[in-house]
Amino acid sequence: MAKQLFVGYNERNTFLHRLSGSTKLIGFVSLSIIGMVTFDTRFLLGVLIFSIILFWKSQIKFSEISFIIKVIIGFAAFNLLLVYLFAPGYGISIYGTHHMIFGNPKHYFNLSTEELLYLFNVLLKYTFAVPLALIFLLTTEPSEFAASLNKVGISYKISYSVEIALRYIPNVQRDYRTISLAQQARGYEISKKANLITRAKGAIQIILPLIFTSLDRIEVVSQAMSLRRFGRHNKRTWYMARRFKSADYIALLMILIIVVVGIGLFKVNNGRFWNPFK
Amino acid sequence: MKKKDNNSVQVVVATGIGAAIIFVLMKFIAIPTGISDTQVNVAEGFLPLLAAIYGPVAAGLAMFIGHALNDFVTYGSPWWTWVIVDGLVGVAFGLFKRQLDIQSGSLSVAKLVLFNVYQVVVNFIGWVLLAPTGDVLIYHEPASKVYLQGITTWILNSASVAIIGTILLVLYAKTRTKRGSLKKEK
Repeated sequence: MAKQLFVGYNERNTFLHRLSGSTKLIGFVSLSIIGMVTFDTRFLLGVLIFSIILFWKSQIKFSEISFIIKVIIGFAAFNLLLVYLFAPGYGISIYGTHHMIFGNPKHYFNLSTEELLYLFNVLLKYTFAVPLALIFLLTTEPSEFAASLNKVGISYKISYSVEIALRYIPNVQRDYRTISLAQQARGYEISKKANLITRAKGAIQIILPLIFTSLDRIEVVSQAMSLRRFGRHNKRTWYMARRFKSADYIALLMILIIVVVGIGLFKVNNGRFWNPFK
Repeated sequence: MKKKDNNSVQVVVATGIGAAIIFVLMKFIAIPTGISDTQVNVAEGFLPLLAAIYGPVAAGLAMFIGHALNDFVTYGSPWWTWVIVDGLVGVAFGLFKRQLDIQSGSLSVAKLVLFNVYQVVVNFIGWVLLAPTGDVLIYHEPASKVYLQGITTWILNSASVAIIGTILLVLYAKTRTKRGSLKKEK
């Protein structure tokens, strides 16, 4: 069960695994930001196809990510339904024209090509970054991740916090399981069978010991780190840091080109939306 | 100077482990409500305690990192507007640290009431004003949908903080030695 819920690093030897973590971090963040802002269907489709090709190249097996894909499909479908139910005419108000499939714009429930295009854009926005995020998660070693955060300019203390978080998630998860089983053995119900209040009470009985043991752990770990003079200097070096190689520069150049194209499209489209109905 | 040094290490560790706890709580103990992407969030109830002990930086960053990691492994990519608002709520809770003064071991009812009023207001600003507005501006989602999600989240998060948060604060305060509890024998 633990394996299903947590996608993590797997060692392989592809060019994506060999790229430095900083390159992948910059790539993921810049592509997801430009994709978040733009509503150009062509651009989003392009990025999606690009990231699927990269994903295929990374040799990640489908079984590793099938669980997360199911969750994402469920999430996207449910959200699209809500977006449509709350504002069926939203596409019309964005694009300013109406090509009706059924109903007419005066009624609340109608369906237009504009709305379909808008919904398709939203779907693309939910999904286009997923292959990139998965590549990033599955091809970057957690320790290298902290080193690359530091390299892109985030203070090493914050990078270290992220590293501690990644390291301690499995521990906290194990503690949680042990405590949860112990409390269930004592009769606290937390499954779907119980009603909300019983479940809430059960949840409190689990999180109390979990949180208090973790507070002790914070104490112990910070004392150990103080003893080793953590935070003494303004900079630190990283054992896991990788030097930029030529492949990194090529990758960064490609990312730059994609971002520039995305920004250029704002100019061409006169705004964030690509409007084929004009 | 020495004391400050030690505190900053503690903040780093508290941020990391706090984020790990928030991640685990978000992932495993979430009670769904029926409205998409909104659930009774136990992690939100842990936030006041983290904020009261370690302050705004640790609470804000821990929530930001924990939420972003959770989004990462659940949905593939973080929903940045909500992740950022969650971090800001953590910072806001942390700013109340001095008023709450939990390390003194005395947590009066007045303090708790004041904190709860404060947290409801903070959650209102975060979830009803900031988060949905960000969604409309950045993600261009229909306003009615995101405001409904925002209002639901506001109510649920405030309730979670009011119940779980208050319980945790009271229990933690009990483990602290009260200031001035030792008296000189006459």
